[in-house]
Amino acid sequence: MPLLEMNAIAKHFGATRALDGVTLSVDAGEFHAIVGENGAGKSTLMKVLSGVYPAGSFAGEIKIDGQQQRFRTVRDSEAAGVAIIFQELSLVPEMSVGENIFLGREPATLGVINWHKLYADASKLTRDLGLSIDPRLPINRLGIGQQQLVEIAKALSQDARILILDEPTAALTESEVETLFRILAALKTRGVGIIYISHKLNEVFQMSDRITILRDGKTVGTFDADRTSKEAVIAGMVGREVSDVFPEGASKSGDIAFECTAISAHRLGEGRKVVDEVSFNVRKGEILGIAGLMGSGRSELLMTLFGAWQGRRSGQIRVSGKPVTISSPKDAIKNGVAFVTEDRKRYGLVLDQTIKANLTLASLKRTSDGFLLNPARESAAARASMTSLRIKAPSAESIVGDLSGGNQQKVVLGKWLMTEPTVLFLDEPTRGIDVGAKQEIYAMINRLAAEGLAIVLVSSELPEVLGLSDRVLVLHNGRVAAEFNKNDATAENVMAAATANA
Amino acid sequence: MAENENKPSTATLRAYVMFGVLALIWAYFHWSTDSIFLTPRNLANLMTQMSVTGILAIGMLMVIVSANIDLSVGSVLGFSGAVAAYSLSVLDVGLVPSIALSILIGMSIGFLHGTLTAYFNIPAFIVTLGGLLVWRGGVKWLLGGNTVPIADESFKAIGQSNLSATAGWILAALALAGLVAIGFRAVRSARKHSAEGVSLSAVALKLAFPASAIVIFIAVMNSYQGVPVPVLIFLGVALVGVFLTTQTTFGRYLYAIGGNAEAARLSGINNRLSIVKVFTILGAFTGIAALIFTARVGSSAPDAGTLKELDAIAACVIGGASLMGGRGTVIGACIGALIMASLDNGMSLLNVRDFMQDIIKGSILVAAVGLDMYGRRHA
Repeated sequence: MPLLEMNAIAKHFGATRALDGVTLSVDAGEFHAIVGENGAGKSTLMKVLSGVYPAGSFAGEIKIDGQQQRFRTVRDSEAAGVAIIFQELSLVPEMSVGENIFLGREPATLGVINWHKLYADASKLTRDLGLSIDPRLPINRLGIGQQQLVEIAKALSQDARILILDEPTAALTESEVETLFRILAALKTRGVGIIYISHKLNEVFQMSDRITILRDGKTVGTFDADRTSKEAVIAGMVGREVSDVFPEGASKSGDIAFECTAISAHRLGEGRKVVDEVSFNVRKGEILGIAGLMGSGRSELLMTLFGAWQGRRSGQIRVSGKPVTISSPKDAIKNGVAFVTEDRKRYGLVLDQTIKANLTLASLKRTSDGFLLNPARESAAARASMTSLRIKAPSAESIVGDLSGGNQQKVVLGKWLMTEPTVLFLDEPTRGIDVGAKQEIYAMINRLAAEGLAIVLVSSELPEVLGLSDRVLVLHNGRVAAEFNKNDATAENVMAAATANA
Repeated sequence: MAENENKPSTATLRAYVMFGVLALIWAYFHWSTDSIFLTPRNLANLMTQMSVTGILAIGMLMVIVSANIDLSVGSVLGFSGAVAAYSLSVLDVGLVPSIALSILIGMSIGFLHGTLTAYFNIPAFIVTLGGLLVWRGGVKWLLGGNTVPIADESFKAIGQSNLSATAGWILAALALAGLVAIGFRAVRSARKHSAEGVSLSAVALKLAFPASAIVIFIAVMNSYQGVPVPVLIFLGVALVGVFLTTQTTFGRYLYAIGGNAEAARLSGINNRLSIVKVFTILGAFTGIAALIFTARVGSSAPDAGTLKELDAIAACVIGGASLMGGRGTVIGACIGALIMASLDNGMSLLNVRDFMQDIIKGSILVAAVGLDMYGRRHA
């Protein structure tokens, strides 16, 4: 008997069918991947399973060990052994590791917390996962990878038998991913059924026993991982054949567009340098990849160059050969530097606002008559941008928060292209978007480079950096550890430099 | 995800709902007051009563959109009014300097609050909570705890006089001409940029409602004593508010800052400067409201304007603004102020006891927001 069965699950929001007869079966000790484009219904399905959507708000049945389940709340599903680790971690940043693990289930007598037991138990749980952290440390002092492991520790403390992970590796470094996979493999041998949602097919094929593909709220099928191929899975996800993941860009580099020398940045109120004497240049039409582990200073470097770093900083910047002073994002934009920031919801978009308002936000003066908005000109500019970036939405007046991840990312890209930059920084430009949209973004990056834009690309997905870049700079502990041209930039070389094994 | 289907614009929907609620309230009061409520005389009173709260609410709305709050407007209103009364009656500096001084004081205080919030990183809640005490103390100090009466009739005219019928119709004609100009501009620029099916008749239809509202409004006001000057000032401020929030880069930045401060900063917007500006504007509006308030009462009292900040905030919230920032409209805040004033006026006509009025108003505020949240979740 399968550990978990979900039969004919259907759920709709208004007129939109999010799930339409989805079937899923997971065995004990199985690693089961769920793949599909954004909007295919993966997250909705997991919210159904975890009781976020209560029984009665959807059709179909859920069985665990053959027993019909009706979860009214997340607590009900937890009691039945279902634990979900969301894309956006649900930890309280100010609370300690131990407090977070036992949040809502603190060992207590008559409401008085037994702190000693809480921290002893937390310590044991984290050690079982191979984590060497003080359970008294506040969560916000941990890296994102460690936070994720704390979430898993929390799930295990609840005797989870079905562990759902939604894009768990999106923010992790390679070594953190390895740690995570080692732990997941160990959980499998304990009989835990793992449901793994990911866009990263390499990981899916590395770990999975079976793969279920969803498309448009329907199950395309469930396949044994060793009897299918990446190409077949991608075809199943998008409903068509997809060629070349990384289209070949025509690399014709021109003059130096952007050059920085001895850039350093300190964390606010700390002596430690997070960026340490970094120098590099990018030519017109060139894509420079920046690789490095989490915490190597990649994003901090871009923030510093863009004038958005809030700590102490130093170094010189030249744009098109001319020395410039950039002490605020405004200066950066004025001098032709644009920055597609990571985490579009947090740094990139005003989600409540229209596509138009977001697209023109960084260059509003261009479409305005001084202080006065010019609605017609602004709309025309927004529509032009939507057409050239192929942003799919009913109109320029649609609310950005309602768009899919891929379209949101295109809006962020469009916002920065409207500033008519000389150099474009891209920080994790494809995180959390589906395969189809990823390819479109890759094609756009290549097209922009071909049009003569200098591009600096930061990504934690190594294949992306290697596939797109003409040159790769590797950062380690805030310093340039190595530089490779396209031919020498192999995954092995880059990882060796990033982990300082070179 | 697929959870967001195409909805009709929620802002439009909300505006209709609010007009509906207002109509219901008016209908109820008209019925229960034996047809007193909807007479020209009472409507003129009602509009005059709402003008002070309305002006404050318009400034407050902009502050709230930027994800800030101002708890001090009641005290600042009292202080600006006291400065006007003091300079007029005690210092005897003349009418125009007194008016200018009152507005200038409001602006300076707003500038100070904005600067402390934006550049010294003190939360606006704290800055203006402090301001609430400080400026109330300032009023008592300036007036020595007494009420200072105003003798100057031209000053009192700000709060107590009316436009002549002819002036009212000239105003209506100007407003209609303005509407037609806006309509033509919209059609022309839409044609120029080939927007999706904007026809002359569609624009005309869209402007028919405000046009008829203007005519009816002037007709009703003229059938009593003409448009009250405070109402005229309120409408002027509302026009400025609508213009700033919908037609300028400054307004766009406010919504961006309130919606996502970090995204706004990284888009090259000077968040801090915008926050100083918005507090300064609220300060100026507070100074204007203080003039009307003081002129209507004919004196400046130590407790003038007490609790006005809460009326203004309530008007914004009833009008659909989110205290989290990024959402809200000036029109909404004005309707919110009108709803609040209608409740005050109607309950007074019905001789509802003072304490009961407070209880009812408080409950309606909470219920309105509760309904709004419910509607948002089930939209």
